[in-house]
Amino acid sequence: MLQVQNINVSYGSIHAIHDVSLEVHEGEIVSLIGANGAGKTTILHTISGLKRPDSGSIVLEGHDLVKTDPPKILTLGMAHVPEGRRVFQRLTVQENLELGAYILKDKDQIQELMAEVYRRFPRLDERRKQLAGTLSGGEQQMLATGRAMMTGAKMILMDEPSMGLSPLLVKDIFRIIEDLNDQGKTILLVEQNAKMALSIADRAYVLETGKIVMSGDAHDLLEDDKVRKAYLGA
Amino acid sequence: MKFASQIINGLSLGSIYALVALGYNMVYGIVGLINFAHGDIIMVGGYMVYVAMVVAGAPLWVAVLASILVCAFTGIFIQQVAYQRLLNSGAPRISLLITAIGASIFLQNLFQMLFSSSGKSMPSMITGAPLNIGSLQISRVTMVTIAVSVLLMAGLQLVVKKTRIGKAMRATSEDAGAAVLMGINTKRTIVFTFGLGSALAAVGSVLYSSAYPLITPYMGGMLGLKAFVAAVLGGIGSLPGAMLGGYLIAVSESLTKAFGLSKLTDAVVFGILIVILLVRPAGLLGKNTKEKV
Repeated sequence: MLQVQNINVSYGSIHAIHDVSLEVHEGEIVSLIGANGAGKTTILHTISGLKRPDSGSIVLEGHDLVKTDPPKILTLGMAHVPEGRRVFQRLTVQENLELGAYILKDKDQIQELMAEVYRRFPRLDERRKQLAGTLSGGEQQMLATGRAMMTGAKMILMDEPSMGLSPLLVKDIFRIIEDLNDQGKTILLVEQNAKMALSIADRAYVLETGKIVMSGDAHDLLEDDKVRKAYLGA
Repeated sequence: MKFASQIINGLSLGSIYALVALGYNMVYGIVGLINFAHGDIIMVGGYMVYVAMVVAGAPLWVAVLASILVCAFTGIFIQQVAYQRLLNSGAPRISLLITAIGASIFLQNLFQMLFSSSGKSMPSMITGAPLNIGSLQISRVTMVTIAVSVLLMAGLQLVVKKTRIGKAMRATSEDAGAAVLMGINTKRTIVFTFGLGSALAAVGSVLYSSAYPLITPYMGGMLGLKAFVAAVLGGIGSLPGAMLGGYLIAVSESLTKAFGLSKLTDAVVFGILIVILLVRPAGLLGKNTKEKV
C-alpha cells in the first residue's frame, strides 16, 4: 500500500534521515521504533508531506507523495495523528471532529463517520459540547484518533500515541489501535514504547540515528536479544 | 442628559473601534502579527469613498462597495508583499513589527503624494432626521453606525462559528500545523482573514468619516492606535475581546469629555493601556491556554 524508498531528509545542514526504506501492506500494523531523536517523527512528516525529502520516493497506492500537497495526500486516503495529539483546544469535541472531515463534501458520509466515532468512543459522545482543552490526556488522544477517522482514511499514521499517558490509558489506546486495524485500517505506528508497539504490530522497523538497523516480524523482534537490550530494558 | 448623550456617542465611536479592533485581533490570532498598517486601511477606505463619490460622482452604495473591495485588496496585497515571506521563514516578531510599521508609513506617504497632505472634506453620506427621546437627541449617523456595526459583528460571529471557512480560521489560528493535517489550506485561510479584517475596517472607515467628515492621509494613525488599545484591553487575539474593548475605550473617552476633561481623553485611553498591561497583560477576555498531558 505504502512504499518508501531510500529517502534522505535533512534540516539545513543536518542530515537527519539516511536512505530509509520501508513498506506497509494493506491491513497491516507496522511499527517504527527507536530512541528519542532517531528520526521517527521526521519520517512520518515526510510521508504526509509536511517535510520534503532531499531524495528518494514515497508511493501510496501508485500515487507519488513527494510532489503532493498535504491536503491532497489526505484525500488519497492517508491521515496523520500527530505527536502530542494537537487537538484544537479552544474548539469543542464536535467541532474538532467536523474539522477532521474538512476535506469531505458528502454530508451523509460525514454523519456516518461521526456516528461511528461516537459509537467507538462513548466518552467523546458525552463530551460533544465540551472544549477539547478541558479533556484529559487520554480523552484528547481518543479525540485525535477520532478526528483522523473522520477523514475516512484507509491508512493512519500515528505518532507516539502513548506519550504522557498513564499505563492503564496506554493499554486502552493500543486496544483502540488494534480495533481500528480489525476494522480494516492500515496503520503505521511510531512509538518509543517499543514493547507495546511490537506486541500489537505485524511487522516492525528499528530506527537508530536516522538509519533502519533492523526490520522484520514484530514477534521475532520482541524476542531478539539486541532489541530486548536496547529498547525493552531486559 | 449630557451623560446619556455622551454614552450614546461613546457607543457609536465604540462600534467603529470594535470593527477596527476585530481586524487587529483576527490577524493577530491567525499569524501572531500586530498589523500596524491596519489603521491606515481605514484611511484608504475613506479616500476610496471620496474618490468614488466626489471625483467620480458615484452613488453611496457604489462608493461603499468600492471602498470595501479596495481595502480588502490592499490588506491582502500588504500581506502578500510585505509579510508572507517573513512569516514563511519564521522571522522574529520584531522584524514583522518593523515591517508592519513600514507598510503603515508607506501607505500614509503614498496617499499624501496622491491627494496632498491637506484633508479632504467628505460629502454627507447618512442623512435624515434625528431620533428624539425626551430631550435626548440621537443623530441618524449615530443610529446607523451602531446598527450597522452590531449587525456586522453578529454576522462575523456567525461566519467564524458556523461556516467552513470560519472553522478553518479558528483551526489555523490555534494550530496551523494541525490544520494542515486536516487538509485546510492555511495560506488561503490567512489571505481570507486579512481580506475580511480589512473589509470590516472599510466599513468602519465609512461610518467614521460620516461622523467626522474630514479625511487626511494620517487619520488612520490615532484611530488605528486607539482600536489597537481596544484590542489589547479586550484581549489580543480574542474576537469578543475586540468588541468589548472597543466599547469600553470609547465610552471611557466620552465620559472623560462629559466630565469636562476633553483634553485628557487620549491620556485616559493610553492610561488604560498601561494599567491593563501591568495588571492583566492577556486582556480582559484573553486566555493563556496550557498544554495538557
